[in-house]
Amino acid sequence: MIYSVTGHYSLILGLCVGLALVYFSIRNFRNSNQLDTKILAFSFLQLFFVLVSFISLIISFIISDFSNETVFNNSHTTKPLFYKISGTWGNHEGSLLLWLLVLTIFIFIFILRTNNQPIKYKILTVGFQQVIIIGFFLFLIQTSNPFNYLFPVPDEGLGLNPILQDPALAIHPPILYLGYVGSSIIFSSALAATTLKIVSTSWAIHIKKWVLISWIFLTLGILLGSIWAYYELGWGGFWFWDPVENVSLMPWLALTTLLHCILVLERKEILTSWVIILSIATFTLSMCGTFLVRSGILNSVHTFANDPERGLFILIFLFVLIFLSLFIFFFFHQTNKNNSYNFFWLSKETSILVNNWFMMYFLSVVLIGTVYPIFLDVISSQKISVGPPFYHKLIAPFLIPFLFAMAIGPSLKWIRSDLKDKIYLISLLIISILISFFIVKNFNKNVLINTILISSALYLFYITLRDFFNKKYKNFAQNTAHFGFSLLILSILFNNLFSSEIITNLRVGETYDNSKTKIVFESINQKKEKNYKSIVANFNIINSKGINNNLSPELRIYNQPNITTSEADIKTTLMKDKFIVINLVQNQDYFNVRYQVKPFMLWIWLSVILISFGGLMSFFKKRI
Amino acid sequence: MYGRKVKLRFLFVTLILITLILTVFLVLKSLEENVVYFQSPSEIKILTELDKSKIRVGGMVKKNSINVNSDEVNFIITDFKNEINVTYSGAVPNLFAEEKGVVAEGFLKDRNFFSATKILAKHDENYMPPEVKEALEGK
Repeated sequence: MIYSVTGHYSLILGLCVGLALVYFSIRNFRNSNQLDTKILAFSFLQLFFVLVSFISLIISFIISDFSNETVFNNSHTTKPLFYKISGTWGNHEGSLLLWLLVLTIFIFIFILRTNNQPIKYKILTVGFQQVIIIGFFLFLIQTSNPFNYLFPVPDEGLGLNPILQDPALAIHPPILYLGYVGSSIIFSSALAATTLKIVSTSWAIHIKKWVLISWIFLTLGILLGSIWAYYELGWGGFWFWDPVENVSLMPWLALTTLLHCILVLERKEILTSWVIILSIATFTLSMCGTFLVRSGILNSVHTFANDPERGLFILIFLFVLIFLSLFIFFFFHQTNKNNSYNFFWLSKETSILVNNWFMMYFLSVVLIGTVYPIFLDVISSQKISVGPPFYHKLIAPFLIPFLFAMAIGPSLKWIRSDLKDKIYLISLLIISILISFFIVKNFNKNVLINTILISSALYLFYITLRDFFNKKYKNFAQNTAHFGFSLLILSILFNNLFSSEIITNLRVGETYDNSKTKIVFESINQKKEKNYKSIVANFNIINSKGINNNLSPELRIYNQPNITTSEADIKTTLMKDKFIVINLVQNQDYFNVRYQVKPFMLWIWLSVILISFGGLMSFFKKRI
Repeated sequence: MYGRKVKLRFLFVTLILITLILTVFLVLKSLEENVVYFQSPSEIKILTELDKSKIRVGGMVKKNSINVNSDEVNFIITDFKNEINVTYSGAVPNLFAEEKGVVAEGFLKDRNFFSATKILAKHDENYMPPEVKEALEGK
């Protein structure tokens, strides 16, 4: 009770501080020789209020204060402490409070850590950022207050959706939000820099750190979500082209493109408009993501029950931001006339530009696939969904030149270059094609496209591998990320090609047998935990070589809410995952069994970690 | 006539235009091929001709209609006006149960039989897919 009140009033105070900050930044902007210390102090105050509010929500969750509506809706006394805490941001209201917290933390760090930039620029960035922050404050207080009071106070809460009670998903939202919200800083400072006409190399060097931070967190956030979907949803895949996944991929694509453009801008004052547009796009896409996930508009298999009125608020807010940024872009942006766009066809800039266009293409494919169903529903009320084949068909062919450009691009010189050691490059290409042909030959499906895809990925793999030895420590970060990407594509391709699946219904004691694999359903036993009962099934799987594997997937029946979840049992080895999941259909004595062999799963996760590690190295790298 | 530079620029613009048109065409074409329409049992009943492409059917799983044997799951989807029999061999999601909302993806055999290739999972027991909600409200 007391915590809810504290939290609620802290929020209102935080909003007031936000308004004061806008006032101070306007006043400071008019007569600015130095940064008004009030701005720093008030930002800290705002951070403090939001933090108090966030902590009081966490405490309400820990002590199971059911007079708070959010706690009542999402918690339960028998839930383990860890999930009580993670439940704080596992729901709509709490997750928005987390957004707000990250927003205020980032702007505070921005004020502290930005040196060597004009004071006016700093003030203006704070101003723009406050517009976003105030928008979120209003949204939170108006439509989704986490501190609504319930009377009479219920004895017991409704509990957290069991599939969210998972370690990966406990840290997934914070990490993803760090990425999303990091892009808000890029957005505000891009607008500030445009207004002041200081989009230059020194600005690029300064903003690159922020781009890298959000990029790293966004990458890791997507990875965590993907891992969670893999073992918790029991579909045995890591990416379903589901709208909710797509909305996190879109800002990632935009951010990755931006990162590469910034690299060019760091050296030469070209592509300035491009950088500004991408900065605006990244944040807009992040906001869209929040909007689409939270509004219930998306027809997604991940969707949680929610309230369309909130969507309207975010939509209006989004339009205000887009309008503001386009206004600034069109009226203040000036391209530098001195530097003409004279690209030599074979240079690093050109190859980055080419890759940018590919990324934009991928982005628009994902965007169309995600938005088209909504669009069609609005204009003709026809319900449709766009399946994975759409994405595969449109993305896979263009991945081939993309991978080649990625292999050759980094070794080119800036401004003007020519290809050295052509023979070497060509022989590597031939080797890649031969190897992939022999791998794919044994599988009679789509030999041509698979061969080409694998060979282009292999090619990138060899080139980056060679560069590790050749170039010593120059471009180590970039090389690691590209190497990781080649590994990722290779693992995904092999995973697609070599996966096998058996789905059957079995009773206890029965055996499924095809010529290659034998699945023996040995027994079941029951366990009782604090907030769920579980049925553990024991399977013995014998493959054609006679190797035994014991796997024990689990069914958990949670007490509150009364939901059954399947816990897959996965045996991970270096080369392949053995994945089994069961489900019990109501009132039936058959268990629905799904057994999959998924090669290179571990490598998919590792390569994404490698990619973000590349970003991390680039973050700490001193500019030579 | 025109200088070399102008000609080059003209060529460049044409190239970009052609690529753009090609891409848009490609995207629209594969969108058309890979779109899955959603229909309720009542809508299927009044279809004039049977679609050969993949569709989604949604509604409630009828009470006492689930029947499982070693390689199939059979059940009936109803929107309380009409119903359709579904056969499915594959993994069922956790929240698949009688008198709960369901979305099945697959092919129509005729107006009464549907062969599903996928049954969609939901994360939330209170969640009802918007299509199912509308179908049930008898839109």
